[in-house]
Formats: sequence, structure tokens, C-alpha cells
Amino acid sequence: MDKQKFFTSPVTSLGSAAVRWVNELGAMLLFLVRAVLMIFHAKQFPAVVQQVYFIGAKSAVIVVFVGLFTGMVLGLQLFHTLVKFGSAGVLGTAVALSLVRELGPVLTAIMITARAGSSMAAEIGIQRISEQIDALDTMRIDPLRYLVSPRIAASIISFPLLTAFFDLIGILGGFITGVMLMGLNAGTYFYHVRTGVEMEDITGGFVKAVVFAVLVSMICCFQGYYTHLRRDSYGAKAVGLSTTSAVVLSCVLILVADYVVTSLLL
Amino acid sequence: MKTPLIEFQKVSKRFNSHRVLDQVDLTIYEGEITTIIGKSGSGKSVLLKHIIGLLTPDEGAILFRGQPVQKMSKSERDRTFSQISYMFQSNALFDSMTVFENIALPLRETTHLSQKAIEERVMARMEQMELADVARNYPSELSGGMQKRVALSRALVIDPKMVLFDEPTTGQDVIRRNAILSMIAQYQRKFGFTAVLISHDVPDVFFISNRILALSDGKVVFQGTPRQFEDFEHPLIDEFIQSLEDFQEHLTGIQSKRQFRLRNQMGLRRKGPQDSYVVALFTLQDFDQLCEHLGHTRGQEVLNAMGAYLNKHFGAVGGFSARQSKNQFTTFLPFSTLSEAERILKTFALDLQKEGLRTIQAEAHISQEMCFPFAILAGFAESKAEGEEIDLVFKQAEMMQNEIARVYCEVRR
Repeated sequence: MDKQKFFTSPVTSLGSAAVRWVNELGAMLLFLVRAVLMIFHAKQFPAVVQQVYFIGAKSAVIVVFVGLFTGMVLGLQLFHTLVKFGSAGVLGTAVALSLVRELGPVLTAIMITARAGSSMAAEIGIQRISEQIDALDTMRIDPLRYLVSPRIAASIISFPLLTAFFDLIGILGGFITGVMLMGLNAGTYFYHVRTGVEMEDITGGFVKAVVFAVLVSMICCFQGYYTHLRRDSYGAKAVGLSTTSAVVLSCVLILVADYVVTSLLL
Repeated sequence: MKTPLIEFQKVSKRFNSHRVLDQVDLTIYEGEITTIIGKSGSGKSVLLKHIIGLLTPDEGAILFRGQPVQKMSKSERDRTFSQISYMFQSNALFDSMTVFENIALPLRETTHLSQKAIEERVMARMEQMELADVARNYPSELSGGMQKRVALSRALVIDPKMVLFDEPTTGQDVIRRNAILSMIAQYQRKFGFTAVLISHDVPDVFFISNRILALSDGKVVFQGTPRQFEDFEHPLIDEFIQSLEDFQEHLTGIQSKRQFRLRNQMGLRRKGPQDSYVVALFTLQDFDQLCEHLGHTRGQEVLNAMGAYLNKHFGAVGGFSARQSKNQFTTFLPFSTLSEAERILKTFALDLQKEGLRTIQAEAHISQEMCFPFAILAGFAESKAEGEEIDLVFKQAEMMQNEIARVYCEVRR
């Protein structure tokens, strides 16, 4: 009997983990669909504006910093690489394309996850364990509509805007190192930025930003909303773990989704 | 016969294989305070969640004013449940919102009232609940009692027909516990809603309840008045009552009503059938106004001090006292005749007026500046050991009540 169990138990655990994973995926999808449908509720506008301020406006400073230094590093690295091939003139194109296509959407999403996503998970998680979400239910206020929908809507609005901001600042960062420090001609740099980047590249970047917005807001809100159902801990510890899971899962899925979207766009 | 506001007909609910409610039949009447008691895990909270519509029964029917909820259309059901508010044990206030925003939330999110109308309604409710001064404060900046009042204001701002209180006094000390119960009773009278409470505070909760519902293993084992509950035979009731017999009444430090009855019966058994005894009944007049003026906590402290004073005074002559109702105490004088009792009471009245009221006020932390005029009434009645029922003797004593002492306030506010 024990011998049989020895062979079957790994399969059983794997099976139950798979079932749990599929269940969670289904629950997350339903959660997203319900929340997205309720974005268009009549009373949502002020809540969405408030969340755009929190997720978008308040993340702008960190996006500026990260964008600036990413652009500067790119300018520096690419300049030294391109000089070896005698094509330092195309630095503008290299910096702009790297930022617009890849680094802009990905790094912006990761930065917003760290700043606003963690806070979404923690805030909703605390509201769950302190019965505030149950209180909403008893007041006939749909918690998904009140807490989750505005955050998803605000993320969909903020992510592309911040990505555009990141790209712009990053290109300026490349300019600082490539032109101001390394002595590349300013006109050449901007000429290559303008001619190297096409509308498809920008659209692709925005598509990625929207995909990341939906992913990050859904994962962070979902983790907070179902904090009380965690099996590994309760109360404040559960909120902490939910926040960690939200950030880790969001970051991993941003990179996975980046690959999937890139392969679909190219 | 009056139609119940809520009626459960053979309601059952199970979670997985565990049956939480088992063929529950119960009625809740309009304008009354109904208290649900029972051990942990007996299904009390599940029952409340059925009343507010957060859970639906697996079997049986729930009727709202005689209409089965399950057969109502969605809009009818929403209308029905929107008349019910729920107050959480933890208050469940939104800690990142001010007091005003917390109270305004249900109006903002569930009605189409204008901003101005919401503001007026919330401010009016806050003034009624004496919260206007803390409108801009956050819940964490308020005392526990005030937070309770904010939660109650939020529950009442939609003018509900019914408010459900899930263990409103858990974790509070005896004075605060009674202050919260007294506050619920006061606002229930003021706003006229139907209240359903889950509480373990037997017997404190009996003083404000019209009806008691006892749940045991998912079944309703008792429905009736608090007085009927004391005489009901059931292992669960024994468990509650036993704890009362072991301890003195927590608030006043004197004996519980049931302990009083038992001791009274034992005392009478030792007497001959024609031996007499005297029962005195004391009433703290204008108690509700006192609570309103000085706060519910001070009101309970006055009761506490009064119980201690009675005990001290009559214990010396072999008497024993118990709390009879919210603001009444009874004292049993087993060794006194009517004339002796009259003399004892006269001395007591003099002491009370001269020294006692000052002591009671000092114990309740009532300074001269906050003085509130209140009176104490007393009446007594004599009966034979094999005479009428004790309740009749109490009634006679109540009819004989006169004012024996009064607090006069020199400083007017």
C-alpha cells in the first residue's frame, strides 16, 4: 500500500496542483470580466479619476527617474558598441527603438507594479481582513465595482501614458550621454530618432502597455481581494504574502506576456 | 395577530457536509429588539446573513412581511434588502475615510441623491448621534464607543426598517458593554427600527430585549421573552444560566435576577407558610435622559454605583438585592416585617439623600459642573412565604413607589 502511495502521491499532488491552478486561472478570468463590465457604471467616473491620480500621476516621478537613467545607460552602452562598427550615428534609432518597443512598456509596468500594484494588493487585502469588503456587500455596494473596476480602468489609462512619458524621457537620457557627454551631433541623433521609429513601433509599445495594465491590475486586485482564502497564512501575514505574490506574479507575467505580444506583433 | 417582519420557515443551510442551519423556524416582529444567543458555531452569523440576503437557504423559505423572498423579482428583492442594515462586531469602518465620508458612503453609492441632499442628511444624522464635532476625523482618532456610534450612524443613514447587530459588545468591559446595549436601545426607540442582535451578554442583553431566540446545533430551541427564557429547560439554557449562578451580575456587582429568585425560594422554604417577608423595589428615574445627557458609559456607572450602595446597605440587615430591569433593583428582606422594613427604608432614604447620592455620583465620575438632576423611587410590599407569586409582589411594590431621594443641581449648564 505504502509502495503504491510512494509512486502515486507525486502524480496526485501534481494533478491537484494543476486543478488548483486551472481553477484559479478561471476565477481570475471571471473576476476580470465582471470588473471590466462594471467599469461603465454611472458612478465610476470620480473613482476612476482618483485612481488615475494615484496610479498615474503619482508614479510619474519614479517613471521620470527610471526612464532618464535607462536612456542614459542605453546611450552610453550603445554608443561604445556602435563606435566599434563605425555606426555611432544611428545611436538615436537604437535608443529610441529599444525604448519604444521593449524597455519603455516593460520597465514602466514593472515600476508601476512596484509602486501602485503592491499598494492595490495591500489596500484591498486589508479591507478584506478588516471586514470592510463584507460591509460593502451588506450596504448593497458591489465590492468589485467599487474597488476593482476603477483600478483596472485607471491602469488601462495610465500605463500607456506613463509608457509614452518613459520613452520620451529615455530618449532625452540617450541624448544626454550620446550627444552631451560623448560628443555625437545633436541633429544626427534626433534625425535618426525620427526616421528610425515608425508608427507600428509606437502602436506595438502601447498595445503592450495596455496588456500589462490589465495583467498587473487584475493580478494585484485579485490577490488582495482573495487574501482571506489563502491557505498558507491568515490576517496581516496573509496580506503581506498576497502583496509579495502580486508583485512577483505581475513581474513574471509582464515578461511572459512581453514575449507573447512581441511574437504576435512581429 | 400581527404579521412578522421576518419569518423563517424550515430553513436549512449546509456548507459541504456540515449542516449549519437545520429546519429553522423563527419570527422577528417589527419594532422589537430580538436577541439571538447560542454557542460559537451554532449558526448565529449564518442566520443573520440569511436575513440580509448575503446567503440563500438550501431548503425552506424566508418571508419578508409575509412575502417569500425567493419568489420576489430581483428589483423587489433589492428593495427589500435595502431596508436592512448590518452592524459588524468590528464596526468595519473605512479607515482611510473621514467619519463624514463613512456615513455618506451608502447614500453616495446606492442612491441618486444630490451632493447637497446627502450632506444635509448625513449632518442631520451626525447631530442626532452627537458626532457633528468629529465629522472630519478619521475612525482611528475616535474612542471605541464613538466608533460604534459612527458604525451605527452609517447603518441608520439609509433609514432602514431593520438593523442587524453582530456581537456589538464583544471585547468590551462590563460598563462599555452595557453602555453599548443602552445606546442601541435608546436609538431603537428614537428611530423606531427593528433590531436583531447576536449577543453573549446574558443577562445584560435581557434588559433591552423584547424577545430571545436561542440557537443550538443549527436549530432554534427557544423563542420567547427574556422572562420565559429564564424558566425554559434545555441543556443550552442551563449552560447560560449556570454561568449566571456562578457569578454575580457583572454590571452592578449584585446578584443576578435568577440567582435572586433561587435564593428567594430557598429563603422562603425555610420559613413557615404564614411567615412574612418584604420586597423593596428601587427605580432610578429619568435614566434614559440621564444617559442622553451624561453619556451611556456614565449612565451604566451610576447603575453600578447604585447596586453597590444597595448591597452595602441592605446586606448588613440580611437582605440581598438584584437588578430587576434596565433601571430597577429589587431587595429581598427575608427577616423583616412591614413595619421594620418601613423603618429600614426610612433610614436608607435619609442616608441616600445625605450621603449616598453624592457617593454614587462620585463613583460615576459625575462632577458638579456636569450634574444632572435625577431621582430615586422606592416602594415595598409584604407577602407570606406561601403567598402570591414573587412577580405580583414586585408589581405591588412598584405601585407603592415614592421618591425617596433626588439630586439637585446647583450649577446649571
